[in-house]
Amino acid sequence: MKKILKKLPDSKGHFNGYGGRFVPETLMPALHELEKAYKNYIKDKNFIEELSMLQKTYIGRPTALYFAKRLTEHLGGAKIYLKREDLCHTGAHKINNAIAQALLAKKMDKTRIIAETGAGQHGVATATGASLVGLECEIYMGSEDIRRQALNVFRMRLLGAKVTEVNIGSRTLKDAINEALRDWTTNVRYTHYVLGTAFGPHPYPQMVRDFQSVIGKEARQQILKAEGKLPDCLIACVGGGSNSIGLFYAFLNDNIKMTGVEAGGLGIESGKHAARFAGGSLGVFQGCKSYLLQDDDGNVLGTHSVSAGLDYASVGPEHCYLRDLKKIEYTYATDDEALKAFELLSRTEGIIPALESAHAIAEAVKVAPAMSKESIIIVNLSGRGDKDVQEVARIKGIGL
Amino acid sequence: MSRISKTFKKLKNSGKKALIPYIMAGDPSLHDTKKLVLELEEAGADMIELGVPFTDPLADGPAIQRAHERALSQNVTLRKVLPLVEEIRKDTNIPLILMTYYNPVFKYGIEAFVKEAARAGVDGVIVPDLIPDEAGDFISIAKKHKLDTIFLLAPTSTGDRIKKVAKASAGFIYYVSITGITGATLTVDETMKSTLEKLKKATKKPVAVGFGISKPEEAKLVADLADGIIIGSAIVRLIAEGKDIKGFVKAIKEAI
Repeated sequence: MKKILKKLPDSKGHFNGYGGRFVPETLMPALHELEKAYKNYIKDKNFIEELSMLQKTYIGRPTALYFAKRLTEHLGGAKIYLKREDLCHTGAHKINNAIAQALLAKKMDKTRIIAETGAGQHGVATATGASLVGLECEIYMGSEDIRRQALNVFRMRLLGAKVTEVNIGSRTLKDAINEALRDWTTNVRYTHYVLGTAFGPHPYPQMVRDFQSVIGKEARQQILKAEGKLPDCLIACVGGGSNSIGLFYAFLNDNIKMTGVEAGGLGIESGKHAARFAGGSLGVFQGCKSYLLQDDDGNVLGTHSVSAGLDYASVGPEHCYLRDLKKIEYTYATDDEALKAFELLSRTEGIIPALESAHAIAEAVKVAPAMSKESIIIVNLSGRGDKDVQEVARIKGIGL
Repeated sequence: MSRISKTFKKLKNSGKKALIPYIMAGDPSLHDTKKLVLELEEAGADMIELGVPFTDPLADGPAIQRAHERALSQNVTLRKVLPLVEEIRKDTNIPLILMTYYNPVFKYGIEAFVKEAARAGVDGVIVPDLIPDEAGDFISIAKKHKLDTIFLLAPTSTGDRIKKVAKASAGFIYYVSITGITGATLTVDETMKSTLEKLKKATKKPVAVGFGISKPEEAKLVADLADGIIIGSAIVRLIAEGKDIKGFVKAIKEAI
């Protein structure tokens, strides 16, 4: 049964009640300006050509859709394909959005871009975009994440960005976003905020989705070419939700199963996780209305995940909408399951996944064996795991 | 007419400007907050803005961020601030304005919050991350319960925004003096003057200016352009250092 989804968000950025704009008034003119510029350039022939050329020659698109034969055999069920976003320049899907926004910032005559980063991948991608188009760049990062992702901090600095440590609150991604929003509020006249995920005030959820939807567009063509049919199931990890919406978006009108995998951390009962759908409730946070991990007083709870990129208290508003429609199912993988998947993929396929992406692999490990050998799963391998090697070694008690 | 409107009217008739200090509820303790409110009134404050602690105060600079953290470490939340207001209301008639981020209100339930705030003796509410475009329900419920909704305007605000914010605001309009967060350095410039002029043309509602005012001279400059001034970070800093706030507030009051 085909169901054509209503084109959302509406003009106020609402996805059927989710999303919107919850920001200080100071930012409203900038959000209007961004929305106007974005809607204009996304239809502009020169902009499209320039972006598409960069996607091809700089990012390395289209990324491969790879049949993971040994993993498939190991699990003994559905055929598993990996969408290789880990092969993008800088090592993750984040660059798709960062380059596009950097280009947009340049067109808007901004001289400076800023960004938040958790795992450091979006920070590296933004620093790369800044260096590519010639913009000043500052990245905000929680001190806890700086410790976990020292390699990426050094990469950002090599790329010419200023990395500013955020030493308040939980010292992770959400605090980095607060600080980036404060910077933007202060320097809004000449600064563009490159938000890294399909979250925040309108137009970010829509814009980031659109810049990431290249993943699903390619994957759809690639699987049709390789198998002559659509997959039965798509799996992607969900932090803010940009790689998942990027993969899913082109398939929303197809009747296939889609699963978003949140960070289950030490388990939902432990309270130490980042599973907003399994453990959260409706709230308003950092610019939009969505599911949020919060206490009874509406204060935002600390989160935990072995993967810095999924370690976030809220989730992109469009995911809430698609969950209500039952278009996408959401589940979670624990730290342990992700770590096992991290090693499994490394050993069976010679691919070290990012710990974020390892959550998606972990879900494939759970569902593939029970599926028939003719069925097909596409897993979004959103990033490569080099950045995580040191942290995994630390967890395993191995000194490097 | 609300307590806030009456106060502005009274001040205007006697050619004076409103002094509105901000303190964080529960910093350093709920008991101290009550004492501080009464001291501020004695020192010349015309209204009091009470901050509600929140984990992620994205419109606030470092001084007030720390105050949020100190109050949260005392387990002070909106649920405890409302009974505090009720307690303060027994001893004073001064207009009390809550400054709270939106999520604590949303989680409390908008209608329940407005009802209980009004009942406790709150006169107005400022929600720095709620713009009029998203505040339809909040405004109509607040109107029903006679709670003033005070919205913010910024130096970046365009003509459209000015009209929208002026229309949605009750009690007064909060003009953010700088493009930035609370406690940043103030500059009284042409943008402020021209935006305030535009605003005065668009509405008869009183306008109070805040963000970045920390000295009597600055207070005077700003007060000349508006109906009142709001001082937050400078007072919060004095409280954190355990210093006298009465003398400071008196000096500001005399300057304006």
